[in-house]
Amino acid sequence: MPEAFLDNSLWRNIYCVLAGDSSTCAARDYSSGFFPAGMEWLAFLVSAAIIIFLIVNAVLGGVIVLIWGERRLFGRFQSRTGPNRWGPFGTLTSVADAVKTMFKEDLVPAEADKILFNLAPVLIAAPALTVFAIIPWGVGTYVADLNIGVLFIMAITSLTTLSVLTAAWSSANRIAILSALRSVALLISYEIPMALALVGVIMLAGSMSLGDIIAAQGIPFIIVQPLAFFVFFIAAMAEMARAPFDLTEAESELAAGYLNDYASMKFGLFFLAEFMAEISTAAIVTTLFLSGWKGFDPIPSHFWFGAKLIFVLFVIIWFRMTLPRLRVDQVLKFAWKGLFELTMINIIVTAVLLAILPNPSTSELWIMAAINWPVAIISIWGVSKLLGTAPYSHPQPDPNAPSYPVGSESIPTDAVLGAEPSNAANQAPQAQQEGGN
Amino acid sequence: MAVKTQPVTVNLGPQHPSTHGVFRMRVMFDGEEIVDVEPVFGYLHRGSEKLAEERTYTQIVTLTDRMDYVSSMLNNQAYILAVEKLAGIEPSPRGVWLRMIAGELQRIASHLVATGFLLQDLGALGTPLIYSMRERENILDLFEMLCGARITNSYLRPGGVFMDAPGEFWPALDRGLDDIVRSIDDLETYLSGNEIVFSRTKGTAVLPQELLINASITGPMLRASGVDWDLRHRAPYDYYDRISFERKLHTASDNYARYWVRVQEARESVNIIRQCIDQIEPGPVRPSFDDVPRLIRPPSGDAYAAIEGSKGELGFYLVSDGGIAPYRMHVRSSSLINLTLLRDMLIGGQFGDLFVTFGSVDLNMGEVDR
Repeated sequence: MPEAFLDNSLWRNIYCVLAGDSSTCAARDYSSGFFPAGMEWLAFLVSAAIIIFLIVNAVLGGVIVLIWGERRLFGRFQSRTGPNRWGPFGTLTSVADAVKTMFKEDLVPAEADKILFNLAPVLIAAPALTVFAIIPWGVGTYVADLNIGVLFIMAITSLTTLSVLTAAWSSANRIAILSALRSVALLISYEIPMALALVGVIMLAGSMSLGDIIAAQGIPFIIVQPLAFFVFFIAAMAEMARAPFDLTEAESELAAGYLNDYASMKFGLFFLAEFMAEISTAAIVTTLFLSGWKGFDPIPSHFWFGAKLIFVLFVIIWFRMTLPRLRVDQVLKFAWKGLFELTMINIIVTAVLLAILPNPSTSELWIMAAINWPVAIISIWGVSKLLGTAPYSHPQPDPNAPSYPVGSESIPTDAVLGAEPSNAANQAPQAQQEGGN
Repeated sequence: MAVKTQPVTVNLGPQHPSTHGVFRMRVMFDGEEIVDVEPVFGYLHRGSEKLAEERTYTQIVTLTDRMDYVSSMLNNQAYILAVEKLAGIEPSPRGVWLRMIAGELQRIASHLVATGFLLQDLGALGTPLIYSMRERENILDLFEMLCGARITNSYLRPGGVFMDAPGEFWPALDRGLDDIVRSIDDLETYLSGNEIVFSRTKGTAVLPQELLINASITGPMLRASGVDWDLRHRAPYDYYDRISFERKLHTASDNYARYWVRVQEARESVNIIRQCIDQIEPGPVRPSFDDVPRLIRPPSGDAYAAIEGSKGELGFYLVSDGGIAPYRMHVRSSSLINLTLLRDMLIGGQFGDLFVTFGSVDLNMGEVDR
């Protein structure tokens, strides 16, 4: 077994049960493996397959639970019950939805580019799953710890837009194309602040590997790098195209945009990918800013990771439920004129602090936090002043000025109500008022 | 390298989640910018005006319910005023107070719906809409106590209303008014200071005052441009001359001003209802059948009566040939006339603002197509 996997409990346990390799598995007593000596490479491949199977199914199961949880939360936010019919507390609603989606008729538009049209759902689901390969779910529980982990995340998540563009272009639908163009604009704008926000974190940790970044978090980086967290969280929401940045789907404008022509399980894959992206974003935020699986001792690390993940997911859903959508030009302006400047401030301040305090210890991280927080609050306040909408200067008309174009006193009823009454019976309004008195 | 571009024409509607019914727009886009808009309507045309020629004056009340189905009481009121004017009917005072209370409650309900759907069009995923609808439900409960119906009320009759309010209505109304004031406060806390709402609605779809007046736009759209024109004040019908209320105006004439005027008017309606409760007196709610028979035969002639509806001036023009049914009925529907400036509001704007502007006009396809 390769040396790099020795401290990975997920790999080691599965591999040792399969291979019983005495050189790597001496720490535990595995009597014998299922593979004869000399065939350890096969055991390695089989354990890789098992791990991928486990992770993919855990993520898909997580999506089912997330959809249920999100719908229940939506209900609570909107002062209603949410799904509560299938299973206890409606837990089987997502399962029923999945079955329904699979059995729907699979429609392909006549003018669609068939190959690309069928390829797009796969193209969007595959990268969404790939991100989970590098996420550390607990102590030594990950598929791979890449030394360029952060770069890998940025590269994989940006593939989503290509799939959206493919879906929109191949379905030959004008509304879908409008939606895809928005998606591209959104990605190009938000990739940059997102990547630059992570520069501060990488500088502090001195590594791009997620394992090293977690190890470097003596205190969670949300405390040390508030500005980076602020920018990264917003940019990640935009990358997911979730409200208030849901310009690509924009139900009230584009009526689901690029998803317009998809039905059945192809739509289901897009839907899955959206929720997988939500989970992976929450997991990345947890890892980079909330110190991942770290916590205090009696509670296992996996539980810590799960609890933080659920909290971040809750905040994402909370945002989605509360805020209206921004317009395209406002979204782009916010990225280039707001978030970009904030990341620059963060990088400069972090660089200066690191020049003074290289390789910071936990107490030195607290000193950095004490400097970073005022910087973050002042700069966010400044940007909000710069980009905020100015209130009206004269919202109310001047009461003394003559109102345009009519005078201020009452005018006779007949002048408004039109035609001269054509007979005696039509004198009713006067009679009515006398009667009223 | 020069990129060859061309404008794209897209059909929005009639099957679209944000067209407030079945409305269709052929929109030409240059990127995100709107170059041309062609409204297409008539998908909800039911021929109400023609149907009215075959019904008695009392039966037509049910047709008016279905025109602007989010403010049935106000439709009833406008129609009944026209009938009373045509036939020379003197209404019962208690009936008049009751229909004023019902009308103002309906105005609050309609403005709540308008605000909720405006936020829905802004992209808030249902939360403000459901909050508005929840408050509207309380008003519909009050209507149910009054007349047994919630949406298509048909509560009014020539000369008053068909049934007196039950005893438990009045304490429920008091509680309901307090709830409405509180919920409008909540709504304003949530919306009026919200940066996203403000930045998306301020300065969009601005209409000059002169254009609004020339196009005979009425209602909150007109008052949002600073014109002090409210028929309840200018040409008081029913007992509005005994009510004092504040007319809320805004000068910006943009989407935010229109939203703001509606919210403030809903507040003001609560004051009007409180004054009505103070002044209402016991008595019959409609004249006896000796004075106003079931089958009204107005003398031949015509009459036009208008009220300040929830969306603007709502007028009914009736022509009688002396028979039991009107010879002709025509409705001056504020929704249709307010829609006429759609092109002026949309062209040059952004796609994202299209449905927000549409929502800020607050139209109802049932009233546009009739």
